Amino acid sequence: MEKRSTDSQVKGVSTGTTILAAVYDGGVVIGSDSRASIGGDYVSSKTINKLIQVHDRIFACIAGSLADAQAVTKAAKSHLSFHSVQMETPPLVVAAASVLKELCYRNKEELQAGFITAGWDRKNGPQVYVVSLGGMLISQPVTIAGSGSTYIYGYVDAKYKPNMSREQCLQFATNALALAMGRDNVSGGVVHLVVITEEGVEHVVVPGDKLPRFHDE
Amino acid sequence: MALSNVLQTPAAGFNFDNATRNAALQSFFKGAETPKAMKTGTTIAGVVFKDGVVLGADTRATSSEVVADKMCAKIHYIAPNIYCCGAGTAADTEKTTELLSSNLSIFSLNSGRKPRVIMAVNILQDMLYRYHGQIGANLILGGVDCTGNHLFTVGPYGSVIKVPFLSMGSGDLAALGILEDGFRPNMELNEAKELVRASIQAGIMCDLGSGNNIDVCVITRQGVDYIRPYRESEYKDDRKIKYKYRPGTTPVLTEKVVPLKLEVVAETVQRMDTV
Repeated sequence: MEKRSTDSQVKGVSTGTTILAAVYDGGVVIGSDSRASIGGDYVSSKTINKLIQVHDRIFACIAGSLADAQAVTKAAKSHLSFHSVQMETPPLVVAAASVLKELCYRNKEELQAGFITAGWDRKNGPQVYVVSLGGMLISQPVTIAGSGSTYIYGYVDAKYKPNMSREQCLQFATNALALAMGRDNVSGGVVHLVVITEEGVEHVVVPGDKLPRFHDE
Repeated sequence: MALSNVLQTPAAGFNFDNATRNAALQSFFKGAETPKAMKTGTTIAGVVFKDGVVLGADTRATSSEVVADKMCAKIHYIAPNIYCCGAGTAADTEKTTELLSSNLSIFSLNSGRKPRVIMAVNILQDMLYRYHGQIGANLILGGVDCTGNHLFTVGPYGSVIKVPFLSMGSGDLAALGILEDGFRPNMELNEAKELVRASIQAGIMCDLGSGNNIDVCVITRQGVDYIRPYRESEYKDDRKIKYKYRPGTTPVLTEKVVPLKLEVVAETVQRMDTV
């Protein structure tokens, strides 16, 4: 395996990645590609799920080193579960994002992982937070991250509208991810989408052959 | 008492004692070649089929260019229903799997339950992550438990991926080609064994670090069938002379016996209570 981890900053398996989350009218859509790579030229998994459920109505999607991200989300799940037992109520999305932020910020020397946290809670409804590599935490209505996100900033800025319907938001997310996967070599595979609302959580998978095609494909 | 807390988490921070020791030892060699750790070269593969999991491995262990062991066992026992193939540094894969196996058997005795594959995976992940890649173990864990047939891979940095088929080691790309082409969900036992054999064969043919025989381990609800070797190499060496000499081949010319004088320094008597 050593011969493969050459130029990439991340040691071991990296999630490469394009991840995004967007708030719509009544819920939030969080999505990612499904490729894990080592060193930028070997795909170690074509079907990895980067959307990790940290609580009943809260998901986090991971970017960066797979080992670091899995370790942090495990710790975060355990913290959140304990927190919600103590409070006797489901945690707020901002609490989940803060737990991830604390772990990333306190261990910034050793970790190379970033997260997008999205979910629904009773107090503030659907929300999206991004926790960057160094541990910055901000709340945005729509956010993208990962190496593939650089290719879709223009698309997201132009096409995102607040208060879209569920179908419009799913189509927006699918298009954005497909565009990024088309240009970034370390993003690819299938599109995983999760729709979180007050009622529950729905997981949608769009396989490679059902992805939207654009003019040059 | 937490039943699942058999692994004592050590004090805060990473224990890099051996890494600093190795760096210090490096300086003694002053530019010459430092001895290389024995790596298993290796092709290992695993496939989930209808009734369980099939694991396969070659049997060559190399130390730089020399074959150190021609019949190395790379499929390690973890629990009665879980086995693990290891690639990477031979000592690391051996000891990590032994540690895991001991901890799981303590857990089984304490809780009265057979361990689940996902528990073994979690313990491995925690341990390898804690050592930040210093433990060079690339593992394929396969097993059957009450939740189904599972195959996981754990990387040296602590990443875990759940897969229906996979190969690891220096011969992994060759083996993966065969697996990608031949794998289908819910295969029958013989198809799965043949697929694994063919993929290890490809690894042996196309990679210098893999070779000799092929071991196969089949895990199902009914039990485990560890076939060692499943296929022997056609290229076995044919020794022309024997290296064993019968007693008496070397003539004894003289014999001198010197009794050792032992001085009793201290004596303690401990009584044992025998019923």
